[in-house]
Amino acid sequence: MIEARGLVKAYRSAKAVDNLSFEVRPGTVTGFLGPNGAGKSTTMRMIMGLDRPDAGQARIGGRRYGDLRWPLREVGALLEAKAFHPGRTARAHLMALAASNGIGRQRVEEMLALTGIEKAADRRAGKFSLGMSQRLGIAAALLGDPGVLLLDEPVNGLDPEGIRWIRNLMRGLAAQGRAVLVSSHLISEMAYTADALIVIGRGRLLAQTTVAQLSAHGATLKPGGSLEEAFFQLTEGVTDYSGGLS
Amino acid sequence: MTTATTSGHRAASPAPGYGFGDVALMEWRKLRTVRSTWWMVAIFAVAMIGLAIVALSHEGYGQLSAADRAAFDPTHDCFIGLILGQLLLGALGVLVMTTEFSSGMIRATFAAVPRRPVVLAAKAAVLGAVTLAAGEVCAFAAFAAGQASLAASAPHATLGQPGVLRAVVMAGAYPALVALIGLGTGALVRHTAGAICAVVGVLFVLPLLFAPFSASVQDASQNFMPHPMANAMTAVKPLAHALSPWLIFALLCAYAAAALAAGAWALTARDA
Repeated sequence: MIEARGLVKAYRSAKAVDNLSFEVRPGTVTGFLGPNGAGKSTTMRMIMGLDRPDAGQARIGGRRYGDLRWPLREVGALLEAKAFHPGRTARAHLMALAASNGIGRQRVEEMLALTGIEKAADRRAGKFSLGMSQRLGIAAALLGDPGVLLLDEPVNGLDPEGIRWIRNLMRGLAAQGRAVLVSSHLISEMAYTADALIVIGRGRLLAQTTVAQLSAHGATLKPGGSLEEAFFQLTEGVTDYSGGLS
Repeated sequence: MTTATTSGHRAASPAPGYGFGDVALMEWRKLRTVRSTWWMVAIFAVAMIGLAIVALSHEGYGQLSAADRAAFDPTHDCFIGLILGQLLLGALGVLVMTTEFSSGMIRATFAAVPRRPVVLAAKAAVLGAVTLAAGEVCAFAAFAAGQASLAASAPHATLGQPGVLRAVVMAGAYPALVALIGLGTGALVRHTAGAICAVVGVLFVLPLLFAPFSASVQDASQNFMPHPMANAMTAVKPLAHALSPWLIFALLCAYAAAALAAGAWALTARDA
């Protein structure tokens, strides 16, 4: 369970996140959706205690991230594709993180196998393709068998096989009763994986809804209208860019 | 007879949460598993021992003037390798911190251990232990190699002579303290190039800034600049104008503590 209450983060003059509140419940994949620059990554970093909010707070199971006793056993996160030292092997990277939270070698080996990178485990991670880097990131996120997962654009840059793997993994993790928050700027991606949706634009909450509801709303906008239609209507006017051929 | 649990978790772990030992084990595994650590320690060893041999085998004691003979310090002269060695271990200290920022690893580290000063303390403990061990081994080896390279006609130093053991031990401790200063600087500056420039500046450039001043100011300044301080710490024959080696050693420890405190503050105050 993740709770965000009135989160605010400003960089110089611009507010990246503006009074944002939402909840992420266990047992569901919650899509965190918004155009590029909407504040998704900043929000996730505030939940993880990496960025300090200017106002408001985020809690995980009722506690601030910094107060978690075994953080990796409670929260797993994939915030960027390559959060590892390029000179360290995949196994050494996971063994180091595991040590910090009292997690044993056995679990490291299990995660290498689960993410399908055990054959590359003794190669330097800096040589990994983007897909393998993402898998290593997932292995790190799952090290502590956490009940809460945060994944920032996990399918970015993946090949179709990798995308399908992540989708199935996320659905499986939620089916096990975990709270899964996954960000994307692609509504179509959310249609495959998410149950609940949090839509933001320019740092503000635009809607906390479900894929089914938003899809139904899309159908009312125009005949054959879709999820995508409803998403564009929601985010209209909150993108930082515009353009067209005409 | 108990059997090992197959679970990766210490499910029945009595610990209420992660502690310094867990974080130190993480930092030890990190330090151990990048090649640059061992490259830098290896080059440090070559510099310390190799330069001691080069320096003392070319001492030319027979050609020295009477005044130079009186000032000849066969212990201190073994540690000319510290000029390069301090830079190597100082850079290692910088890299331990800055490569986490450049690679993004810092986010994984702080996600695992959100109490940032604990991360820095664990890094300091592990880096300090490794660099102190390397420093002491190389200092004693440089001393032994230096004495063995010295011409038979020149006076030799032995560890039993007054002040010699102190000088050798401090020669080993000095680069470890520079490594900790590098670590604190890395936490403060975050960028590798910037932090290494800062350390080089303090070690080599800062003493030069006192050149325009009077001799008495220059002499006094030598007691407060790390590299000249190392000279005083490794000298057996007391240097003019120098404070006691122990006082200088304590001062240098205070520098390292201050650098780490500033680094801990910066890590906590700034977003990762």
